[in-house]
Amino acid sequence: MSDQALLTIKDLTVEFTQGQTRSRVVHGVNFSIRKGETLALVGESGSGKSVSANSILRLLPKAITHYPEGEVLLDGQNLLRADENTLRGIRGNRVSMVFQEPMTSLNPLHSVGKQLAEVLALHKGLKGEAAQQRIIELFELVGLPEPAKRLSAYPHEMSGGQRQRVVIAMALACEPDLLIADEPTTALDVTVQLKILDLLKDLQARLGMAILLISHDLNLVRRIAHRVCVMKQGEIVETNDCEALFTSPQHPYTRELIEADPSGDPASNAPGEIILQAEQLKVWFPIKKGILRRTVDHVKAVNGISFSLPRGHTLGIVGESGSGKSTLGMALLRLINSEGQIRLHGDNLQGLSQQAIRPLRRQLQVVFQDPYGSLSPRMSVGQIIGEGLEIHGIGTPAEREQTIIDVLKEVGLDPETRHRYPHEFSGGQRQRIAIARALVLKPELILLDEPTSALDRTVQRQVVELLRQLQVKYNLTYLFISHDLAVVKALSHQLMVVRQGQVVEQGEAAGIFREPQHAYTQQLLEAAFIRH
Amino acid sequence: MLHRLLPRLNPINQRRLQRFMANRRGYWSLWVFLVLFGLSLFAEFIANDKPLLVVYDGSLYFPVVQRYAETDFGGEFPLEANYKSPYIRELIAEKDGWMLFPPIPFSYDSINFDLTVPAPAPPSSGNWLGTDDQGRDVFARVIYGFRISVLFALTLTLISSVIGVFAGALQGFYGGWVDLVGQRILEVWSGLPVLYLLIILASFVQPNFWWLLGIMLLFSWMSLVDVVRAEFLRGRNLEYVRAARALGMGNGAIMFRHILPNAMVSTITFMPFILTSAIGTLTSLDFLGFGLPAGSPSLGELVAQGKSNLQAPWLGISAFMVLSIMLTLLVFIGEAARDAFDPRK
Repeated sequence: MSDQALLTIKDLTVEFTQGQTRSRVVHGVNFSIRKGETLALVGESGSGKSVSANSILRLLPKAITHYPEGEVLLDGQNLLRADENTLRGIRGNRVSMVFQEPMTSLNPLHSVGKQLAEVLALHKGLKGEAAQQRIIELFELVGLPEPAKRLSAYPHEMSGGQRQRVVIAMALACEPDLLIADEPTTALDVTVQLKILDLLKDLQARLGMAILLISHDLNLVRRIAHRVCVMKQGEIVETNDCEALFTSPQHPYTRELIEADPSGDPASNAPGEIILQAEQLKVWFPIKKGILRRTVDHVKAVNGISFSLPRGHTLGIVGESGSGKSTLGMALLRLINSEGQIRLHGDNLQGLSQQAIRPLRRQLQVVFQDPYGSLSPRMSVGQIIGEGLEIHGIGTPAEREQTIIDVLKEVGLDPETRHRYPHEFSGGQRQRIAIARALVLKPELILLDEPTSALDRTVQRQVVELLRQLQVKYNLTYLFISHDLAVVKALSHQLMVVRQGQVVEQGEAAGIFREPQHAYTQQLLEAAFIRH
Repeated sequence: MLHRLLPRLNPINQRRLQRFMANRRGYWSLWVFLVLFGLSLFAEFIANDKPLLVVYDGSLYFPVVQRYAETDFGGEFPLEANYKSPYIRELIAEKDGWMLFPPIPFSYDSINFDLTVPAPAPPSSGNWLGTDDQGRDVFARVIYGFRISVLFALTLTLISSVIGVFAGALQGFYGGWVDLVGQRILEVWSGLPVLYLLIILASFVQPNFWWLLGIMLLFSWMSLVDVVRAEFLRGRNLEYVRAARALGMGNGAIMFRHILPNAMVSTITFMPFILTSAIGTLTSLDFLGFGLPAGSPSLGELVAQGKSNLQAPWLGISAFMVLSIMLTLLVFIGEAARDAFDPRK
């Protein structure tokens, strides 16, 4: 590491125009990156960290973005005032970027080899055999198995982690001085996240480039960052060396972030009678082939899962993406078809028509993952929450109004907000609305399908607290689906680890967290609690 | 101005309204169109061969709204009075009466017998846009023709949208066999030659307004189906739709309350363009002579007259101006509506 600054950002200010108004999203940010250093820019959503990073290469939509003040100096050259040609020479060459979503940052219509060849041809003028050779080298560098065979593979033939490796290879193709990684691991499973972080660390050590790592998760960057900048509402509140920041955080917000992991023990409810029971539950999607569309095989999304859940307890269902955990949830609610038995209070739900099951839906409620997608944007909060009451014909309009007010207070929202629309709320508030919608029907069981994964860590913590309070107060039963073991640990009495539609390990949550038996569970736990 | 007319809108629609008004061209086009259409609805009071008011023998008569016989004015026959004939004029004048004619003293079918030149007569102080080859006032015919075109197009658009949205909603929501069968029927149906059907039909019924509407309706409902179907296919998998189902909501209510508002955006964006195409189709049918019955005021017929009377350019020019202004206004309004509903803005 040399002392010379590679990139210096001085008083960077970014404004967006929307209609007539201009809003300032980044307020005079200062930081610099030395050669060969990893700087992490950490903040929650909306803190301006991605905007700052995108401003370095001026990748934000030109029409609405303004830079009233500030400088971005790359080796003394101000990129904010540079012309488009100069920038094009720098992008992907001296400074390259890795984006969050490996699904969309590769073109699905070209093979990955071709996409890499394009970068090489553009910036290095490498073509043909030489380019091929270089691509294979790069694939080896990022640890893709069988690199020579991967050249002609299409993005959809690869897993998320492999795709992210390709994206990183693409970013490294021209041996950049600076790699900007914008939430490079957020869209990946925990076990894969770990590998990608290790890869970045290893690459830096070997190639000696500087990395600007952007993340919402302070504890995650501890693993690889040399220095950390904490951002909040468009300003940097604290900058320090990584270890110093963790051992003696100065700003209260930094402390909040460090302690943001959901903690505490599950609610201490005594288990009641068995409320929900599943036996040999199967969801098989047929794979049809040929002219006659004969079923040749099945995708076994859920393959023979059984459990029984007592009242007042939480069953945590854990698995990585594609493990079938969400499908299991949908099947339990009879929102998709399944085989096997689902018993609510001993009555089998299978075989009941949708008509017959409708009255029972009152007892089985659900909160979905995406607080932006699960609330209809065209209805006010009051209408959204009151809808269930209307469907089940509960109360007079005046009573309903009162119930809505009560439930909003219950989830910690101002009852006056019931006349507003979902888009006026933050992610955490929206998730509270979704919980209120489920709660208003006074259900016995709530299925929580990744209710915290789209939220910032500090907000997650609050939502987990809320869920726990409600569980104690109403003796609620939860089915908690998540990939995030930290959250699951804070809520679950029982735990079920699912992989490829099958249960890997099942039992008392505390026991499994203490002594995981199965190798896969151990791996998950290791990946999830790396920061502790 | 529109703000005050539509006060209780949710914030999303308020923003749309603002975007609509921000498109000055579309906004003013809407006003101009509304004024023109509003005026044309009262065409009888603007262009008519009956007076608005007759004072006869000390009492008031309103021939536009009520039918009076000649005998009411002291004539001989119990037929409807022809207020333009010298005979009736004299009868009324005898009793110190007077008549107030509308600004254009011709209806769409009244023939100007006072022409001094052979029809089609060029524009003059009596006939502002001249007359057609049967001596009828072009301006009067244009006003009535505009009204009938717009009314026809509005009715057609409204009914075909309702049917189209309904069909698209069913196909998109239920998917599977409903969708498969529905799509195949649509494909076959849209392959039928509409024009030939109309020509065949015109040979054994005299198509009037409602016949034409019905026949065009048979084919025009399809334009929205695909858009709405796509919206419903997407919409049924949205999380808030699943949430509604988990609440125990029935299919009908889910379609109506949760998915339809999404589909309405594309539907409303499409509507002005369906409207313009309906006007275009009606005009072209009239032009070919398979449209509205002979004698009715239609722009297409005026175009046809313009074509066969090239020596009387006021016919073609009038028809062209009316059609192009009407369609241009509608396209501008449609553009503004499309901008307003564009979710990417």
